[in-house]
Amino acid sequence: MRAFAETLDSLSTTQSRNGKLALLTAYLRAAPDPDRGWALAALTDGLPLRIAFRRILSDLMAARTDPVLFKLSRDFVGDTAETVALLWPTPADPVTPPRISEVVDWLLNAKPSEHAVIIASVLDRCSVRERWAFLKLVGGAPRVGVSARLAKTAVAEIGGQDVSAIEEVWHALKPPYTELFAWMEGSSERPDPGSVPVFRPLMLAHPVEDADWPSLDPLDFAAEWKWDGIRVQVSAKSGEVRVYSRTGDDISPAFPEIRSAFAHTDVVADGELLVVRENTVAPFNDLQQRLNRKSVTSKMLRESPAHLRLYDLLFAHGEDIRALSFEARRERLESWHAEDRPLLTDLSALVPFTTFAELEEYWRGAREAGIEGLMLKRRASPYLAGRPKGHWFKWKRAALTLDCVLMYAQRGSGKRSSLYSDLTFGVWRTRDGANERELVPVGKAYSGFTDVELRDLDRFIRANTTETFGPVRAVTPKLVLEVAFDAVQPSTRHKSGVAMRFPRIHRIRWDKPADEADTLDATLAMIDRPAA
Amino acid sequence: MRPVETWLYPASLGLYCEPGDFYIDPPRPVDRALITHGHSDHARSGHAHVLATPETIDIMKVRYGANCAGDFQTAELGQTKTINGVSVRFVPAGHILGSAQIVLEYGGRRAVVSGDYKRAADPTCRPFELVPCDVFVTEATFALPVFRHERADSEARRLIQSIARNPERTHLLGVYGLGKCQRMIALLRAEGFDAPIWLHGALVGLTALYQNLGIDLGDCRPASTAADADLKGALVMCPPSALMDRWSRRMGDDPVRVFASGWMRVRGRARQRGVELPLIVSDHADWPELLDTIVETGAEDIWVTHGRDDALVHQLSLMGRRARALALVGYDDDAE
Ligand SMILES: [Zn+2]
Repeated sequence: MRAFAETLDSLSTTQSRNGKLALLTAYLRAAPDPDRGWALAALTDGLPLRIAFRRILSDLMAARTDPVLFKLSRDFVGDTAETVALLWPTPADPVTPPRISEVVDWLLNAKPSEHAVIIASVLDRCSVRERWAFLKLVGGAPRVGVSARLAKTAVAEIGGQDVSAIEEVWHALKPPYTELFAWMEGSSERPDPGSVPVFRPLMLAHPVEDADWPSLDPLDFAAEWKWDGIRVQVSAKSGEVRVYSRTGDDISPAFPEIRSAFAHTDVVADGELLVVRENTVAPFNDLQQRLNRKSVTSKMLRESPAHLRLYDLLFAHGEDIRALSFEARRERLESWHAEDRPLLTDLSALVPFTTFAELEEYWRGAREAGIEGLMLKRRASPYLAGRPKGHWFKWKRAALTLDCVLMYAQRGSGKRSSLYSDLTFGVWRTRDGANERELVPVGKAYSGFTDVELRDLDRFIRANTTETFGPVRAVTPKLVLEVAFDAVQPSTRHKSGVAMRFPRIHRIRWDKPADEADTLDATLAMIDRPAA
Repeated sequence: MRPVETWLYPASLGLYCEPGDFYIDPPRPVDRALITHGHSDHARSGHAHVLATPETIDIMKVRYGANCAGDFQTAELGQTKTINGVSVRFVPAGHILGSAQIVLEYGGRRAVVSGDYKRAADPTCRPFELVPCDVFVTEATFALPVFRHERADSEARRLIQSIARNPERTHLLGVYGLGKCQRMIALLRAEGFDAPIWLHGALVGLTALYQNLGIDLGDCRPASTAADADLKGALVMCPPSALMDRWSRRMGDDPVRVFASGWMRVRGRARQRGVELPLIVSDHADWPELLDTIVETGAEDIWVTHGRDDALVHQLSLMGRRARALALVGYDDDAE
């Protein structure tokens, strides 16, 4: 527990990705099995424990602290587990904390009624940093800024492998991942996924840049629409079906109808998950409602039915066809689909073209048609994990722009931590029946400017701060930012009622008076219509 | 016997001793002020007459100039003076160099105004001395049970280890300029760190004063005189406000930001400031020290000046003691 506590402690205050990765790798390399595997579980899919954590903590503290002092402390600290770690009486004599594996064993084998006693006895044997780490370990998501993917990347570093190698076996493994570490350290073979439909890392596209066009030959490429849903992979084998997100998270429980549709198949397919009602793709928001759910209600299944638009096939009847060309895979996709006919699916149509000028006509019509843009796929390319250069291009529909007013700024992270680089901006709203206008925030952006512009912005922000809240500064509303974005969507989270997708700063309008910035009405008029 | 509250009480200009006709640490200029220590929320400029320890007077002169008060009278630690029939004695508070508790006796009763204090060891000042009393006037900066500071020497070792592990990165240590700065330097020296320590301009004057007063801090140099190459992998100290400031860009792309403060006990505080290595070192009493000290004084009444008076008054009432918040204005609850 000691080494884990030190690592988690440092992770919680380290901002750079490389710094975090180095800390994690060093820990996973040095820690013994099975402790490191349980730690890895806590940082990825969670430990397989069912503990009534909140109730136990509040019972334990009720017996040990005054309720008024606990509340004052909790309010100050802002995190219950951390408050408990800080308030727990520190033992008078030096103590040795138990190993992670001991703690997990005790909790796995205990009755729920025994959990509180075990947790208390572990806390009694820990220093304050260890208590915090222990509570983060068993309390669910530790929230120290480490994604599951970063943790897997650290494992891969041990074996000098790419993270995709870990991802390909991940879903066939169970904590404490002993065979995974053995494989990375070269003391055993790659674990056999057996009959588990595992995740295969996706192939991703680069945005097409103006400079790319001259080197591209239209004859080498196929084009498809870029659909506005969630990119997923369906992996099916022996009646077992999993739906994986782009990053390899298992999102199957949220989409039971897709699982049933593929139950009779043996494939790994790549596609876009959409909500489709009466042959019309519903707004992205409807799909969002279904994501991140452990289970779905029949009402949701009825009102927001899932649909899979298929792009590609990676495995067909157990055969790995990723090395085949896109064209060959497309043929296999079509013949398999015609044969197995899974419900709730269709094929993403190829867009016929012979010249890029012709394709540009389609591209211009994309927004009108409610489609995100076009994909260009090299006909000869195999299916490659990650974002290889020169194979797939995304050609997003042209951005929309609005003139917004800078309202708040926040410090960036890592190398930008001394600069105010996260910008929140708003547009003018006229209250009903009032003559006065007020600014309402519509989005936040932290890219699109050059380093020089960033320094100028930073200077402006420091010179025009009206209030400071922690890392955030409120700024006199007088600087106009021309913001480019992909779309405007309704949002209940923002006071303005709208949220921008993919906003970035297009130009800084030092010249333009804030009065002349755009209005909320103009913003609302840009809300997406459903696509056909 | 005259109950203490009849001759010592909060008045509009600060905590006032009526028979003595003086204020203690008044936030606004007065005719006669007794100053516990040199921190700016306790020692202000513009009083007509100031009584303080020699070190506190030196600190005030460095900060505000030689003419920051009409006249200065020194109070040697341990000596007793009488002011208009009130007996006055300055006793070490263990907070920073020159810091004192002020012991007042009048009408057969004794009150101790402790100013800011700590019980933990500090190589740059004399240790806290306990004085039994009827009324104990205490601070409450860290009066929440979550505040239990770490041992300062082991925190200094953590910093030295981090410097050894990251030889390419500048370590930028944020510290309160008076007291914490010099204590951290002394702690690092005691742990064997003998490389030059570079100081932000705001820390230079007071550090030089400590050295002139005989506290050995080793090789300290103004950061303004450093070549950029000198700063690479070095230890640079600055006030907390400069940690994220434009000034910090001189420290390369990716300095390790360190902050030594009692507030670093709480992770959110460290994250909010972008601190990568929080060191829990404080010049104020933590929760157990506050409670132990109050109990040891045997005081019947405890008056709380500033900080988390809500939590401390509540805890003392649970312990069966008479406690009240003085609600004095003008103290900085957050500075450390
Ligand atoms: Zn002080």
